[in-house]
Amino acid sequence: MGHLRGKLLPPALAIVFSMLLCGVALVISGANPLSAFGAMLTQVGKGTTLVDIVNSTGIYYIAALAVAIGFQMNLFNIGVEGQYRVAAVVAAVVGGSIVLPTGIHTLVIIIVAALAGAAWAAIPAILKVTRGVNEVISTIMMNGLAIGLSAYLIRRDVFGELRGNNIRTPEIPESGRMFGITFGGAGTMFGFLFVAIALGVGYWIMMNRTRFGFELRASGESSTAASAGGVNAKKMVLVSMLLSGAIAGLISLPELLGRDHTFSLNFTAGIGFSGIAIALLGRNHPGGIAFGALLWAFLDKSGLALDNVGVPREIVTIMQGSIVLSVVVAYEVVRRFELASEQRRVGRELGTVGGAA
Amino acid sequence: MSSSTSARTDDPPAVVLTGITKRFPGVVANSDVHLTVRRGEVHALCGENGAGKSTLMKILYGMQAPDEGTIEVNGEQVRFRTPSDAIKAGIGMVHQHFMLADNLTVQENVVLGAEALHGIGQKARRRIIELSGRTGLNVDPGVLVEQLGVADRQRVEILKVLYRGAKVIILDEPTAVLVPQEVNELFDTVRGMQEQGYTFLFISHKLDEVRAIADSVTVIRRGTTVGSADPRTVSSRQLAEMMVGSELPSPETRESTVTDKVVLDVKGVRLLTPDGARPILEDVDLVVRSGEVVGIAGVEGNGQTELVETIMGMRKAGSGTISLLGRDLTKLGTLARREAGIGYVPEDRHRHGLLLTQPLWYNRILGHQTRRPAAKGIWLDTDGAKKDTERIVADFDVRTPGIDVPAAALSGGNQQKLVVGRELSGDPVLLIASHPTRGVDVGAQALIWDEIKRARAAGLAVLLISADLDELIGLSDTIKVMLRGRLVADADPNTVTPEDLGSAMTGAGSTSAAVHETVAVEEGEN
Repeated sequence: MGHLRGKLLPPALAIVFSMLLCGVALVISGANPLSAFGAMLTQVGKGTTLVDIVNSTGIYYIAALAVAIGFQMNLFNIGVEGQYRVAAVVAAVVGGSIVLPTGIHTLVIIIVAALAGAAWAAIPAILKVTRGVNEVISTIMMNGLAIGLSAYLIRRDVFGELRGNNIRTPEIPESGRMFGITFGGAGTMFGFLFVAIALGVGYWIMMNRTRFGFELRASGESSTAASAGGVNAKKMVLVSMLLSGAIAGLISLPELLGRDHTFSLNFTAGIGFSGIAIALLGRNHPGGIAFGALLWAFLDKSGLALDNVGVPREIVTIMQGSIVLSVVVAYEVVRRFELASEQRRVGRELGTVGGAA
Repeated sequence: MSSSTSARTDDPPAVVLTGITKRFPGVVANSDVHLTVRRGEVHALCGENGAGKSTLMKILYGMQAPDEGTIEVNGEQVRFRTPSDAIKAGIGMVHQHFMLADNLTVQENVVLGAEALHGIGQKARRRIIELSGRTGLNVDPGVLVEQLGVADRQRVEILKVLYRGAKVIILDEPTAVLVPQEVNELFDTVRGMQEQGYTFLFISHKLDEVRAIADSVTVIRRGTTVGSADPRTVSSRQLAEMMVGSELPSPETRESTVTDKVVLDVKGVRLLTPDGARPILEDVDLVVRSGEVVGIAGVEGNGQTELVETIMGMRKAGSGTISLLGRDLTKLGTLARREAGIGYVPEDRHRHGLLLTQPLWYNRILGHQTRRPAAKGIWLDTDGAKKDTERIVADFDVRTPGIDVPAAALSGGNQQKLVVGRELSGDPVLLIASHPTRGVDVGAQALIWDEIKRARAAGLAVLLISADLDELIGLSDTIKVMLRGRLVADADPNTVTPEDLGSAMTGAGSTSAAVHETVAVEEGEN
């Protein structure tokens, strides 16, 4: 159907376009684009790459969902980056310091992470609702503060401890960890991925089937029409920002509960920013985001193979950037085209287009 | 019908449009339009909203290029790519919505963008003073535009086009923003300028005005010119029937259905500007009863919009109470007020009434997201919403291929029918209708009037705000006049004329027994 075409065509075009662009960049820098892309594809079957891609997809997926909730009502939560960092360190500290039975311990860590993320997001949300401070500015600043705060919290005289050359929080005991699915030499898949899938389903239900989702989408589409329709704009800003922050708080949990069990200097940063790109790519749709996250994870992990064929790995970054740029342009072009053709169709069916004969 | 005018006929006509065709997606475009404007005449272009008048004028003013057809000015064929081409050919346009910078002076507004003509100094000032005489503008060019009234602002707009050398002036619905007395003054100005050799193209759908000012009339319907008439011999009714191609609807309600059951009771409502400096509403008392239509008349910007938004809870009143069926709503939000039984047809359906890119059934939910059939508890009932949208589409004659098309794909009249249908859903006890038929076609207008009348007969209380005084007088059981944030007078719709109302709206005082002042208007206050 035309409807579906309008949704699938833009990302497909964008990916083809960015592959061409990267191909040109590779040719200019003297490499063979075919062997480079070939190396990336064959990398998937090697070692733990496939499982790494799946794990990474789950993490990106959660990050993009967090961003998408804000996007639905035109809130630009750039602070996902800081929210998940704060949530990670708080969850690691709490998880490493308390003693609880298996299962409950894990659950408490998850809840603490969500609350910490929400609390960090609450500051820009309250500033926006009460003082009108633009969330883009305030969340960027909160990201800076988050780096400082997490560095402070893992100091040895606060909650941290020194292990070798690394400073880290106390390790989360067995009871607080989460199961994984092991594929022998091919790696271990994080159990938290099931939580990510559940989040995606919950997100779809919330957006499409609940009153809250309706009010969120209505606010994003037209804040004036929403307020005339009885949607409380301030409440929506506050709730969606808190929700976005709470989900952001879960981003680091697959690694924290499934692999690292501690927050250390090796913390994986930058996922919040990737989440913005993936949410754009996936048009805030849970299915689209899943696809975007998978693509992102594939580019990240199989890009490692490029070093083997003498191509700089940074070509992947160029590709990710050009995908996002071209997908935004493509969506807008297709959207305008579709609206015009819809108007033409309605006009034709009603026979009101004067003189079109 | 043929026309004979006093205009000179030996010269080539000022403007000739031949076979103009313009196609747009989904709306009535121009098709094979013919229009001849003789030099020195006032030529009226009549047609309903959406008939294609504005498109035609945009083509003549170079804002849009025609797909087919030719434009001749003074006997020479021209092609306008931009408005500046049209200005060079001596055509100027006064837009319906003023394009003035309030914080600049008259002179700065006039000179802005035309600095090359006479500079920005004394030479420009002298030229402006010379030209302002012709437009009847008696203010110093150094005065700020924000200090001028609506009629003077319009004169500044005319001054702008004169300054740029226009000989043919398009007036797009110039009287829409004026009260009857100001209309007469405008017409005096137009006649005076006509004697000095200016040509006017006067766009309007107000037929009495057209007959009062025009030397010849061309009627446009569904995008094409259907004929011309001599305004001295044709009646308003004949003209109107040419415009709509059929019998006219009338807004008049017949017998009174007013009961003594008070539905809306507004007491002493006061509202300040956001900075708290100036009151927008002052001590507004208003009662609307079951089965009653209360109309609010007023020049736009006198607090009507704010009054409606205060009743809807979109603005918080500084003091006073608002109650519905005896229940105090003052502290409740918009949603709770809607749930209590208020339906709201906003004045700007695009900004406040619809989610334009969403399908019709999704729009049905807006404002009803907590009520059946659109919702059950915290869950949306999409099936219920779709089914009820089908009902609205059928009952309110919304012309659409289906309920899954985005709202933006419908014409203005059909969008408005959808909004009215939605707001009358869920058995409201009060309907607030702000300019319910603004910018819709005659068919939709008649239907909306009928639905309001039917709901009124069934006991609905209606608060009607309209700039269309005929609509206001025809539909209302009681009319109140709003001026500078106060309800200053009551009028009896059975006896009041638009002129009486206009006089009360400008604060000129009561001119007739039909208008009864309730508050003495003190000049110089505020």
